[in-house]
Amino acid sequence: MSVSTHPSGRGGRFVRRIAGKIAGAEVVSGDVWDAIQLARHQDRPYPLDYIARLMPDFEEIHGDRAAGDDPAIVAGIGRYHGAPLAVIGQQKGRDAQDRAYRNFGMPSPEGYRKGMRLMELCDRLHIPLVTLIDTPGAFPGAEAEEHGQGGAIARSMMMMLRLSVPTVAVVIGEGSSGGALALGVADRVVMLENATYSVISPEGASAILWRDAAKAKLAAAAFKPIAANCYRWGIADAVVPEPEGGAHTSHDEAARFLDGYLSRTIRELQAIPRAERNRQRHERFRRLGAQREV
Amino acid sequence: MSRHQISVSIDRLRGKRADAGPTRRMPGDDRSCPKCESHFRADEMERNCFVCAVCGYHFPMTARQRLDHLSGGTGWEEIGGELRAADPLRFVDLQPYTDRVHAAEAKGATEAIIAASLEIEGQPCVVAAMDFAFLGGSMGSVVGERFARAAEVAVAKNVPMISITSSGGARMQEGVLALMQMAKSIVALDELAQARLPFLMVLAHPTTGGVWASFASLGDVTYAEPGALIAFSGPRVIEQTTREKLPSDFGLAERQYDHGHVDSVVDRRDLPRRLAHVMMILEQPPGDEEPSLASQLAQNGTERAARMAQALPSLTRRFRGQTDSASSERVSGS
Repeated sequence: MSVSTHPSGRGGRFVRRIAGKIAGAEVVSGDVWDAIQLARHQDRPYPLDYIARLMPDFEEIHGDRAAGDDPAIVAGIGRYHGAPLAVIGQQKGRDAQDRAYRNFGMPSPEGYRKGMRLMELCDRLHIPLVTLIDTPGAFPGAEAEEHGQGGAIARSMMMMLRLSVPTVAVVIGEGSSGGALALGVADRVVMLENATYSVISPEGASAILWRDAAKAKLAAAAFKPIAANCYRWGIADAVVPEPEGGAHTSHDEAARFLDGYLSRTIRELQAIPRAERNRQRHERFRRLGAQREV
Repeated sequence: MSRHQISVSIDRLRGKRADAGPTRRMPGDDRSCPKCESHFRADEMERNCFVCAVCGYHFPMTARQRLDHLSGGTGWEEIGGELRAADPLRFVDLQPYTDRVHAAEAKGATEAIIAASLEIEGQPCVVAAMDFAFLGGSMGSVVGERFARAAEVAVAKNVPMISITSSGGARMQEGVLALMQMAKSIVALDELAQARLPFLMVLAHPTTGGVWASFASLGDVTYAEPGALIAFSGPRVIEQTTREKLPSDFGLAERQYDHGHVDSVVDRRDLPRRLAHVMMILEQPPGDEEPSLASQLAQNGTERAARMAQALPSLTRRFRGQTDSASSERVSGS
């Protein structure tokens, strides 16, 4: 069982709680919908909330050095347990004004290119990278298309795949579509207990597959995109506990749990020789999928 | 021959689509041009690579037709043909996923992509061609796995890889596992890159969503067929989300060319020649592969190092913009 335990001692109870979900053959749809609501809770911690607690001297970078800056993605560097660490994440807004400014956490190509600036720095200066994923998807806008949304996502994945440094991707909220996966090609992919990871948001699926925007609950039940299932499918390598009731109840506690997992995992990854770590990362994504042979 | 066909043939001979009305188009007939209403016989269609001889409209092609076309009838050897879709989520929307798969399989295709080794005008390569008729060309686990195996075969045979895309994006019925095929395709391309093999892309109508946001965006040379929709989010989704009205040619190949996302818009009938040409250019002469940097240094490290050390001061002066007569002479004289 590689469900994460935490030095605080809450791990035991948590492991039982999560283990029950993972062992169960079927996760009832009510649980799925609850997790989706928690993953999108308006008080849920966003990347800058974790960064403020884990790396108080964080230095944020801005701009893609080509067209502009995208506030839907935050990227920067800071000291973490006595060493440099780079962080990239999708940032949602807390109030109406902030939400509009952050474009609801839907990145544009400029945001992914800002992230790639930082990845290049990580590679050159040998700094580990953590990504914090929380997005309903990449922004569907005319300008984003013209500025190369598809290519930016593809190149971001390729760059993460090739990085010579340890990388950890954490789905902290909703991880939807290629807009999430652009930051998700890492050595370890983990999900917070109430996070979701899916090919599309339930609302998007509802409109496309059911041709009815009101079938989001049905779509969620069909996708079952919760952490326990993603762990079972091999999408997530571990599930990080949240405070009782969800991460929004205590940002401090949520950050402590994440800190416990991250600090240990980065150390573990640094112990693996670079070429071997890279081989394992390729192998990890090469084998994902489910098919039959005839 | 029916009266209908005769009249259309005469129109075609005149080189115009006189009196092209909706009555001329046979509903549900894939041999009527949706743009100019011309109608063609099956053999005419195939001979013209499923391009409308009157207006140049590019009809959809199946993956098999693509491979036949590119190979010029010299045959192809399928890769991963034994792979079939599974139903990992036991997914049901308006109908069960397995029913959708069986219905698609019943039409003859085995999945939304066929990969094969073949020769295009004598150039050996591996081609992964997508088929929009199979569940909208959506990328599920089989598409990702066949694509990855195709790249591995290309590496084993030391030949370039080509992909022709026609896809609505990730296959939603396979959930997050379908999403992960984007990453798998990136791994496959990185293996090609490590083997120093080129990857050529042909964007056919439509190339959208997770396919455009993964391997389809990463061609070393990227062609698009005329009129192909190429987008991460389709125009309808963008209009619904942002409430902006988009121009009618939004996301089409010609416009993507203007925005710098496509190298050439290429008529389908020219594809074999153009692809073979690029492969020919990029072909390494036998036994003349560039030695790795490490082996170069090992072989003649001291000699090269000495030459570099000699060259450095003058280069440094050049780039610092110093104007002593010796270095400016060198610059102007070179």
